[in-house]
Amino acid sequence: MTATIDPAIVGTVHPTIETEIERGRLRAFAHAIGETDPVYSDLGAARAAGHPDLPVPPTFLFGIGSDMAWLDTLGIDLAAVLHGSQRFTYRSMAYAGDTLRFTPRIVDTYERKGGALQFLVRETAVTRIDGSAVADLQETIVVREVAP
Amino acid sequence: MSTALERAEVGTELPPLELAPISRTTLALFGPASGDLNPIHIDLDVARSAGLDDVFAHGMLSMAYLGRLLTGWADQRAIRSYGVRFAAITPVHAQPTCRGRVTAIETVDGERRATLELAVVLADGSTTLTGNAVVSLAPALDPAPASENS
Repeated sequence: MTATIDPAIVGTVHPTIETEIERGRLRAFAHAIGETDPVYSDLGAARAAGHPDLPVPPTFLFGIGSDMAWLDTLGIDLAAVLHGSQRFTYRSMAYAGDTLRFTPRIVDTYERKGGALQFLVRETAVTRIDGSAVADLQETIVVREVAP
Repeated sequence: MSTALERAEVGTELPPLELAPISRTTLALFGPASGDLNPIHIDLDVARSAGLDDVFAHGMLSMAYLGRLLTGWADQRAIRSYGVRFAAITPVHAQPTCRGRVTAIETVDGERRATLELAVVLADGSTTLTGNAVVSLAPALDPAPASENS
C-alpha cells in the first residue's frame, strides 16, 4: 500500500542543495550511457571544442541535485514510483568545477483511476552560487498502487 | 562547422542512434553515475515485491540516450529545451533506437530555432519515450554569455 499524497504539500519548497560537479562523475555518467563523443570525457577534446571544462550533458542535472530521499520523506514507497515526464529548459551551460544550487518545489499533485495512480509535479531551479541561471527542471512522478 | 544544422528543414530526420541491448551491468553503472538510486532498477527482490517479473531500465537512461542523439546532431550549447514523456517501461535486454525529426522552424526571441520531435522505439516496435527539443540554428551558441572573454 502507498500513503495518499497530502495536497497540502503543493507549494512546499524542499531544502536547497548545493553540489560541486566533478569531472570523475561526468566521466562515469558518459561511460554508463555509452557516450563516445570525447568532449564529454576528455578535457583536451572539451577545450578544443571551446568549453572551459567537461560539459554537463543535457540530462545529468536530474539526479545530481537530488537522490530519491525526498520521496522517502513524503512516505512514498520507491518500488511504487514511475517517472512520468521530465523537462529541461536550459539557460546556460554548466561545467565540471561549477558549484550548482538546486531549489526544488512541489507545484502540483493529482490522482487518476480513482486514486490508483497519484501524480506529483516538481520544479527545480538550478543556478550557480552567484545566482546566474543554469536550467529549470520539471518532472512528473507517478505513484502506483502496489498490491500488498 | 554545424553543417547538419545549416541544412535543417522541416521534415529533416536525424541519423537514428541504435543502442546495444541494455544489460544489467549498464543498469548497475547508470544508477550511481546518474543519482537515480531507485533499487527497482537493480534489485530483483525489490522488483518482485512490486509485482514485476524483473528489473527494468531507468527512464532517465533512455532520456540520456536520446540526449546523445541530440548532442550528436547539434552542439549542446544550441539546445534550448528538451522534454520527454515516459510512455512504457523499458525491460532489461531491450534494444532501443533513438529517432528525431524536425517538425518546425521558427524565429523565437530573435533566434532561428528548430523544434524536434523525438522518440525511443524498441526492437519489438513499441515506443517507450516520446518527446521534443528546441535547438537554436543561429551561430551564437550559448543562451547566455557564460564566459568573461566572450
